[in-house]
Amino acid sequence: MTPQALFTAFSTIVVREIRRFTRIWAQTLLPPAVTMTLYFIIFGNLIGSRIGEMGGFEYMSFIVPGLIMMSVITSSYANVVSSFFSMKFQRSIEELLVSPVPNWVILAGYVTGGMARGLGIGLIVTLLSLAFTRLSIHNLPMMVLTVFLTSALFALGGFINAMLATKFDDISIVPTFVLTPLTYLGGVFYSIDLLPGFWQGVSMANPILYMVNGFRYGILGVSDVNPFVSLGMILVFISVLAFIALRMLERGKGIRH
Amino acid sequence: MTNALEIEGLTKTYGDGFKALKGIDLHVAEGDFFALLGPNGAGKSTTLGIVCSLVNKTAGKVRVFGYDTDTHLSDAKLNLGVVPQEFNFNQFEKVFDIVTTQAGYYGIPLKQASASAEKYLKKLGLWEKRDTPARMLSGGMKRRLMIARALVHEPKLLILDEPTAGVDIELRRSMWTFLEEMNRQGTTIILTTHYLEEAEALCRNIAIIDHGKILKNTSKKALLQQLSLETFVLDTEKTLDAAPELNGFPTRLDGEGALEVEVQKGQGLNQVFVELERLGIKVVSMRTKANRLEELFIRMVEENAAESTQTVEGAA
Repeated sequence: MTPQALFTAFSTIVVREIRRFTRIWAQTLLPPAVTMTLYFIIFGNLIGSRIGEMGGFEYMSFIVPGLIMMSVITSSYANVVSSFFSMKFQRSIEELLVSPVPNWVILAGYVTGGMARGLGIGLIVTLLSLAFTRLSIHNLPMMVLTVFLTSALFALGGFINAMLATKFDDISIVPTFVLTPLTYLGGVFYSIDLLPGFWQGVSMANPILYMVNGFRYGILGVSDVNPFVSLGMILVFISVLAFIALRMLERGKGIRH
Repeated sequence: MTNALEIEGLTKTYGDGFKALKGIDLHVAEGDFFALLGPNGAGKSTTLGIVCSLVNKTAGKVRVFGYDTDTHLSDAKLNLGVVPQEFNFNQFEKVFDIVTTQAGYYGIPLKQASASAEKYLKKLGLWEKRDTPARMLSGGMKRRLMIARALVHEPKLLILDEPTAGVDIELRRSMWTFLEEMNRQGTTIILTTHYLEEAEALCRNIAIIDHGKILKNTSKKALLQQLSLETFVLDTEKTLDAAPELNGFPTRLDGEGALEVEVQKGQGLNQVFVELERLGIKVVSMRTKANRLEELFIRMVEENAAESTQTVEGAA
């Protein structure tokens, strides 16, 4: 395929993905907006006013970057895992398999589709947060880079989950039992300075902590970890997951007999 | 002339050890209308699945218009359109979107894809349904949608796996007409079907596959010439109590009391009626028991099954 044809195939996948999640907006776009608004009201306004400052900022300002990142992570993951698995389930994945689209374009298309939803939700949550607090940006490139790469990373994670899944239960196990606990324990609502030394050490093994803090650094200028280490870690994870996903596609894991 | 499809030594062993293909060779010439026939589980869908990259082969070579699928997969796929046996589109997508999206996967820009989608949706009588979600279509419409989707990138080789399964007779005939037109315009067509009448009406060349082996790969004409015996079913004016003895023609009564007469190639039917006249039996109507190809097909598959049994017994 020529580069132009490859781009057409790539954009076809992305447009189809965007068409899917906007068609079912009540399932994909609305719930995170409602949930995050409740977080802002309950944790930010009602409880946050009693907590006082966290990391040198009022509590509402402190949790906003974490909540934005939380919604980006869950939405990027959920989009790819549910879209790709339903294609497997309905066998419409065969439309792609019989076509000449190379595996890396298929992967890039799905990841970009997941990023479109994740970043779209991130934008919605950011706009909602402006109703509760003022946001100033400390380091724009760091903020943008962290959120884009994190979104890509979790879209890749969703893709691998969908490749391995054989039933609908399999696509909810990782989000429920892995992603949600790691996100809540990833410094969204607190600084790890509050934890005893041992639990601070344990928290450092949580990759989501680095992403939340990298993003928080971009907005507030404060972080529990070095933001450049965060970026480096995200890039390493992306490389590893992309390699695994491509190998699975080449072997046809779960999609070819 | 280039072959549209060349298969050499193709084998497939599934994870559970089942050998679906045991080294098959198959050549389909460009412009041919070719049928791959076989009973359920014979290896038809596995063969086509490998050609279309939906199934990983164990060994062997597949070339589509000379492009080896091991080394030039993308070029091979560009020449190939596939209509699978089961519905495999997103049921929630609209008809037009399904077809244009498929074109996009082949790198066709949206404007060109839309024009091509319009052309085939109109030809297949689905244009009025273009904005309808696929799940709202009837079974026949869904089959036609899969044909339109397979043709949107104008492939030179169209593969159809049981394209008329579950389709009513009228629609089946209109699909035959459409496929014949496509073939006349130069598209090579390979189909699998359970309706042997379909293969006999449409195809020029036929391969019969059973237990992962090709039993026969020849022209329809040559295949039908091998048919040495045909069975005719005669409805008689009076119900017969027993099958009459006709000189030179084995007879029996079927379950409904009609008379079945076996006629060898070259015997001619006149003598049958002479014999019946001699016995005072009046015939009110007559038909062949099965179509010619079906009779031959059943015999070949039965012979192959008997040979397989003998081999197994011999090995034991």
